[in-house]
Amino acid sequence: MRFSGFRVIKEALSGHKGWTPHWRDPEPKSHYDFVIIGGGGHGLATAYYLAKEFGASKIAVLEKGWIGGGNVGRNTTIIRSNYLLDGNEPFYEFSLKLWENLEQDFNYNAMVSQRGILNLVHTDAQRDAARRRGNAMILNGSDAELLDQDGVRKLYPFLNFDNARFPIKGGLLHRRGGTVRHDAVAWGYARGADIRGVDIIQNCEVTGFRTENGKCLGVETNRGFIGAGKVGVSVAGSSGRVMEKAGVRLPIESHVLQAFVSEGLKPVLPGVITYGAGHFYCSQSDKGGLVFGGDIDGYNSYAQRGNLPVVEDVVEGGVSLIPALGRVRLLRGWGGIMDMSMDGSPIIDKTDIDGLYFNGGWCYGGFKATPAAGWCFAHLLKTDQPHETATAYRFDRFRRGYMIDEKGQGAQPNLH
Amino acid sequence: MLINHPLLGPRDAQEFTYLGDAALIQRPDWQADDAADQFHEYLYLRDNPAGLHRELWFHEAGDRSWLVVTRNTVTHEITDVQLARDVARNEGRST
Repeated sequence: MRFSGFRVIKEALSGHKGWTPHWRDPEPKSHYDFVIIGGGGHGLATAYYLAKEFGASKIAVLEKGWIGGGNVGRNTTIIRSNYLLDGNEPFYEFSLKLWENLEQDFNYNAMVSQRGILNLVHTDAQRDAARRRGNAMILNGSDAELLDQDGVRKLYPFLNFDNARFPIKGGLLHRRGGTVRHDAVAWGYARGADIRGVDIIQNCEVTGFRTENGKCLGVETNRGFIGAGKVGVSVAGSSGRVMEKAGVRLPIESHVLQAFVSEGLKPVLPGVITYGAGHFYCSQSDKGGLVFGGDIDGYNSYAQRGNLPVVEDVVEGGVSLIPALGRVRLLRGWGGIMDMSMDGSPIIDKTDIDGLYFNGGWCYGGFKATPAAGWCFAHLLKTDQPHETATAYRFDRFRRGYMIDEKGQGAQPNLH
Repeated sequence: MLINHPLLGPRDAQEFTYLGDAALIQRPDWQADDAADQFHEYLYLRDNPAGLHRELWFHEAGDRSWLVVTRNTVTHEITDVQLARDVARNEGRST
């Protein structure tokens, strides 16, 4: 079924009796050409592009729980292409271009809203860095605009401009950045993949890999063995747990990141803003809640919940930037598990085991990467060659000394 | 989280900074033939277990001692805390 305005009107007039489930619930077959582990945004996008763009068939997505129940269902929904380094920016620009056409492409309303992202600067040095970043973005086909204080005031008059320690001097505005309805991304990709024959198998947990002579033959699951020509692991957050079953050690630590939503408010925040003096970023959802987050807690965790010191730190950052936030009540907060990699950048690569491929290490930037990560992982799975925008995301970059370290922190995952 | 410091008793985890897996105590021999491989594993690869994890915490806002904390990464429960100095000596490190 195709979604359209006419369809909505027709269903409205006929009592909404014609809507059908968006994807099937098939039993697993004994063998597939491609098995994707992980029914999150990346895994579903990989299956979708494999089928649609790379002409593959016999594809399955295995999901331990329900699709879209992991980090694609619990993030701050921001999309952007404002990275500095050559290994990253072409990839994220490719991703943003896919976002811009995504809803037409998979015929699903993902509420892509390019409302702009403003990175605030508070010192001359930060302004220089913002100018450099902006130039790097423009060179890679993205957009950037350096605003002075008056420019920021016009957009966000209620910010704390004249703070004694961290006055707002301006900001780098990335107009094509914005937010997306995160759940709908998973659902849209799932539906698009399902229409093209992909089996989406939920409640199917991978318990091990069957390998022979260094080749992966398939996966053991709680619903039996499933043979596979190629297996793609796309389970960021659980990468350590899944790859451990294949005996692969990763350049990744798992950390918990907390995010928060306030009670619903009238429209106050037209775009996304990030604080330059503390770690705080904020947008307003279409339901009115302010969605914001900050730093990871900083210690290895699989607990999906964090501790109070970081809550305090995030809220302090928020209130110092937007004093009016002091009157707002928090509605809920949650913790998600991040693959924090050794240089803060992701991995889309083959493993040492033939037929086993890996996509992970997204730190807390995986959501915006969803379309391009799916496309590039599908490219790798189908052709055994990295996509031209993802050539830097290799396992061996650490051994060769080609880290992509946006923050320049070195091999210390909790600082990225 | 509270960390039960062997010398100072229970302290708020906020007083500490976190480094990572306590395996970092065992620095490879830089003169070994495969030193490059060993240092690649030492610097960049991690076990990253879901469960008990021995890890290095630094009492930055306290007595500036390094601790080896055994903590469950699924529940955040801390079951053992030792001075990293003692752990390193028991593992055969001289300094």
